Amino acid sequence: MIFLRLVLVNLLRHRIRSLISIAGVAFSVAAMLTVISILGGAIGMFSGILSSGAQVIVFERNVSDLFFSDVPTSAATEISMWSSVAHADPVLFGVVSSSDHPIITCFGVTAEDARVRGATWLAGNPDQFGREGADVVLGERAAEFLGTTIGNLVPIGHGNFHVIGIVKTKNGFEDGGVFMPLAEAQKFFHKDGSSVITVKLRNKDDAAAFKNSIRTRFPSLIALEDAEFSRSYSQFKILKATAWAVGGCGLALGGLGVANTMIMSVFTRIREIAILRVNGFSNGQIAATIFAEAAAVAATGALAGLVLGCFALYTLKLIPALHGYVDVSIHPLPMAIVVLLALITGIAGALYPAAHAMRIRAVEALRFE
Amino acid sequence: MNTVPRLIDQGPVAIRVSNVWKSYEDGAIPVLNGIDLQVEAGQSVALCGPSGCGKSTLLHLVGGLDLPDSGTVAVNGVEVNRYRDMVRFMRHEVGFVFQLHNLIPDLTMEENCLLPAMAAGVDRLSAQHRLRQLAERTGLQDRMRHSIQKLSGGERQRTAICRALMNRPGILLADEPTGSLDERTSAAIFELLMDLADREGVTLLMATHDSSLAAACDRIIEMHDGRIRANG
Repeated sequence: MIFLRLVLVNLLRHRIRSLISIAGVAFSVAAMLTVISILGGAIGMFSGILSSGAQVIVFERNVSDLFFSDVPTSAATEISMWSSVAHADPVLFGVVSSSDHPIITCFGVTAEDARVRGATWLAGNPDQFGREGADVVLGERAAEFLGTTIGNLVPIGHGNFHVIGIVKTKNGFEDGGVFMPLAEAQKFFHKDGSSVITVKLRNKDDAAAFKNSIRTRFPSLIALEDAEFSRSYSQFKILKATAWAVGGCGLALGGLGVANTMIMSVFTRIREIAILRVNGFSNGQIAATIFAEAAAVAATGALAGLVLGCFALYTLKLIPALHGYVDVSIHPLPMAIVVLLALITGIAGALYPAAHAMRIRAVEALRFE
Repeated sequence: MNTVPRLIDQGPVAIRVSNVWKSYEDGAIPVLNGIDLQVEAGQSVALCGPSGCGKSTLLHLVGGLDLPDSGTVAVNGVEVNRYRDMVRFMRHEVGFVFQLHNLIPDLTMEENCLLPAMAAGVDRLSAQHRLRQLAERTGLQDRMRHSIQKLSGGERQRTAICRALMNRPGILLADEPTGSLDERTSAAIFELLMDLADREGVTLLMATHDSSLAAACDRIIEMHDGRIRANG
């Protein structure tokens, strides 16, 4: 009890300093949580685009980015005829631009593709898609930022396309994208095949056998199940590593804030530490008060950061332009990891101050102060 | 460094200081020059002398806060600078009262007094029982929940005395305990200190400038330039 009072008394004595330090940790945690959650959401959405209800993704082996993957059309045709396959949809990904928008994701898909068929059609008729080469369907947000509507000609890249439909999807990327008939997209991007084939199996337990068949029949291709793909795709790995690195930097800054606070805390109460020593406090007990202070700051900051981070994510979710991009489903594991990291960095920030406090000689502190 | 406690003797001597030399700044400032001193258990001894004569330094050496350059300091038969566990020594063998009370201002009187008990791992009930006993003896029983900032100078010094005696030390070291108090409070605090030392059976070694207070002690030791001039 008195130990806790000792810890709290010092934090309350310098309220502003403690609050600044707590705010530092809180912002770090909130930033880390937000970055991880947004990137996690983005990865989830990209995975969603790739799979779109399918269980297996087939693409060219050893490509660093799916935009470089080229799967022969013949492979898609052959795979779709396998008995274990319910349907196999070739998808060509590309990035196009318009005058004001340098990056618009383009999906070259077949008329039967679930992305187009399963979307909510705000305007137009799904049966029209793929009948004419230069027809495109726009995602709701793409139509909005391109300032166009059904029936108009829209300039994309080096061509003009006829808008035959506007769709709303659950996926932010798709909502901001352009759907082209696969053949038109192949022509547009000068490709013969597709980026991936998304495969829905009749029985999902056949996934292992299907992957074996792909390895045997198409050695230049690889088949991965959804979860496997999310784990192993190098771009996702880079994104995840970036998220943790950026968040880690934020936490390190928060930790430095705690270190600064604790250094100030120790240097401004050398006499008090000397008094504790005269009263029989061991080095361990003195260090424990310093670490407990740091832990209290870090824990309070981490909790405040969690609240702040969740608030920021929900606020971001309310921004229409970000619809579908921000994933607010924060999972307990990343939250626990972020809080744990905040505590570790906070306590690590107290290492030097605690070591300094342990070196304080009571006789000197009492004589000279 | 030898960490094994060395038994000097088992007699009634509470403090034995033998040929102790101490200086600061690598010998540039000599403070104690060959001090020899012996205090019997239960005695009250006043260390007198002008400022800078080494009274406080001698108290620090006896209390284990500092080490001599040479010579030995033994407390209750055990050489302090060879004491195996200095933390234990400071928790149980000695209590300090300083000129400035050296209390933690944001804690209450009760919390300040319980610090040594907490450090020593004394259970809360026993510690509170002991504190109530000391608070009654020092007249602070109604001030236990008061913040130190709300206590008078005399009450603060009485709190410091309570804290010093919490763990029932055998030796009480007081460094100008009345130095910052007015004459009337000073006399009251001194009387309390002597009374408590007597009741608790504590050996009192007190540095003071006040000759009238010193005269009330069992012995007076006069110091000058780091030496004992008169040992009464």
